[in-house]
Amino acid sequence: MSAIDRRPPVKRYEHGSRVPGWDEAVDLTKPPATVPDPALTPVPEELRAAIEAEMAKYPDSKSASIPALHLAQRHHGWCSPEAIDQVACVMRLTPAYLTSVASFYDMFYLQPKPSNDVFVCTNITCSLLGADEFYAAMSQAAEGHDVSVRGFECLGGCDIAPMASVNGEYVGPLHLDDARLIVEDLEAGRPVLEHKQLRHRACADPGAASSAGAPDSVPPNPAAPEEPR
Amino acid sequence: MTRHLLFDRIDEPGLNTLSVYEKRGGYGALRKSLELPPAAIIEEIKQSAIRGRGGAGFQMGMKASFLPKGDMAKYLVCNADESEPGTFKDRELMQKSPHTLIEGMIITTFAAGIHHAFIYIRGEYQLQADILDAAVAEAEAAGYLGEDILGSGHSLKLVVHRGAGAYICGEETGLLDSLEGKRGNPRLKPPFPAIEGLYHGPTLVNNVETLGTVPTIMNMGGGEYAKIGAQGSTGTKLISVSGDVQRPGNYEIELGTSSRDIIYGLCGGPKEGRKVKMWFPGGSSSPVLLEQDLDLAYDFDTMAKAGSMLGSGAIIVIDDSHSAFEVAQKVVKFYTHESCGKCVPCREGTNWTQKFLARIESGEATPMDLDILASVQTQIIGNCLCVLGDAMAMPIGSIVVKFRDELEAEIEAARERANAPIYAAA
Repeated sequence: MSAIDRRPPVKRYEHGSRVPGWDEAVDLTKPPATVPDPALTPVPEELRAAIEAEMAKYPDSKSASIPALHLAQRHHGWCSPEAIDQVACVMRLTPAYLTSVASFYDMFYLQPKPSNDVFVCTNITCSLLGADEFYAAMSQAAEGHDVSVRGFECLGGCDIAPMASVNGEYVGPLHLDDARLIVEDLEAGRPVLEHKQLRHRACADPGAASSAGAPDSVPPNPAAPEEPR
Repeated sequence: MTRHLLFDRIDEPGLNTLSVYEKRGGYGALRKSLELPPAAIIEEIKQSAIRGRGGAGFQMGMKASFLPKGDMAKYLVCNADESEPGTFKDRELMQKSPHTLIEGMIITTFAAGIHHAFIYIRGEYQLQADILDAAVAEAEAAGYLGEDILGSGHSLKLVVHRGAGAYICGEETGLLDSLEGKRGNPRLKPPFPAIEGLYHGPTLVNNVETLGTVPTIMNMGGGEYAKIGAQGSTGTKLISVSGDVQRPGNYEIELGTSSRDIIYGLCGGPKEGRKVKMWFPGGSSSPVLLEQDLDLAYDFDTMAKAGSMLGSGAIIVIDDSHSAFEVAQKVVKFYTHESCGKCVPCREGTNWTQKFLARIESGEATPMDLDILASVQTQIIGNCLCVLGDAMAMPIGSIVVKFRDELEAEIEAARERANAPIYAAA
């Protein structure tokens, strides 16, 4: 038997497509959705005010589409068709346009999701230091809890690798046991892994704590991180 | 070797607030600059010969002078979409000293006659974006932003814009599309943003660190600043060192410092008993260098001469416990995911390369395939609107050339696992 025969079968989605996202065929007989009618699209008052405030910041109000989608996602939990319609109504854009924007960016969800986000960085530095194992542990720990776990591309926290962003809070370096602690902290509503939060971390450069723009000599290292593993 | 201009006492508590920043002489460079004619500021920046810190290394003063003169809607965009794997220097600067960036932006807009500025920060940096928002509000309240700044007649509106997670938005034209509220697809160049950028107006796009250095240049004088660093690479550089080193983190060094001093001296090198196998000198987009390259000076020209690039200043060190194949897989996975899909060579090339590496793993590849792999990389380079495809092709091409024996051994081992006929190594 050759190696080719033992290839794992290619995963197919509906309609035989290898690519996800093509499962639901678009109904081409329907007319495209137009800019929603304000009279028929109720928008929560605080959401409308927040979106309008974003729109006022830019010379062209269309620039606010990403901030507005952020706001709607926070309000509705995900970019649901209802949320997209509301943004479209306030911004006077079509839902199709906003869906095209939302589907481009990793941080927008076009499917319902749990309310807590854990992005585990699985990019090069983190994975060299054990992020793949942590991602597996984290996925397991989150099972059955209100926590969504995603492998994410470089989050810009390579100094604390392997790391994760828990509801936006960067934590690391992570051990396998931390997966369970993250879930516990989230469930209890506590700050997550407070001693491992990036916001409290000192600069690694030993000279950054000393004075003046002169060349430094002695490098004491107040920021020496604990052994990563 | 180290010298602190941007990172000078960066950990001082409260430096992110206006009062502490001012107590340290903050906004002094702005006051000084507002008394100069705008052209003189551009001249100082030109004299400093500072090269862009975001990756391309283009001289900032030159770029600013491309902007058309005259009264029209011009824009300054600070690129804070720091997504290059391994790069995290701007994060620390914005988090701990946001006013440095804001002051640099005010000076730059005054010099270039710009009244609208944006900081495009990646959506994942929530803490840093909140800190910037607070700092902008403080600066506004103190009269550093808004109408008639400090009685100079210059006005500036500064907006912090959060992205939503896309590597391509770090590419300047992709960033501009994203800032206009669209999908972040790069544009055809020319026209370059300095001629036609945001909302079709002339736009200056600079990295956080570049703009953050402007107050230092104005305080020191361009000529003085140019004396720091190396020939052709003036000044200090924030570098992010990560991977297999004992003290990963951000450091500020004088350009031209030996790479060994950085990796072993500052960062403690790999763990006891391990040695450096390869290192990326400028983020995962830069061709890899080897242990024998460690004595090279870390500056723009030396890195380019060695066949790589300084890029964003992100050094990723990989020790001999990792295989070159594993590194290639990680790099390729990233670019495949992040390719925006606009240009065929990048969209298909990254995807094909990922499938090819999967073929190696499953034992279907033969050593000959490595030549095809290398040739695909050369067909990507230079054939797309932006350099995302190149950013995969360059490191992968260099890994195939420099670790060919190891990859061939990997192919053979995988074929053996799969019971496929073994090809003798060349």
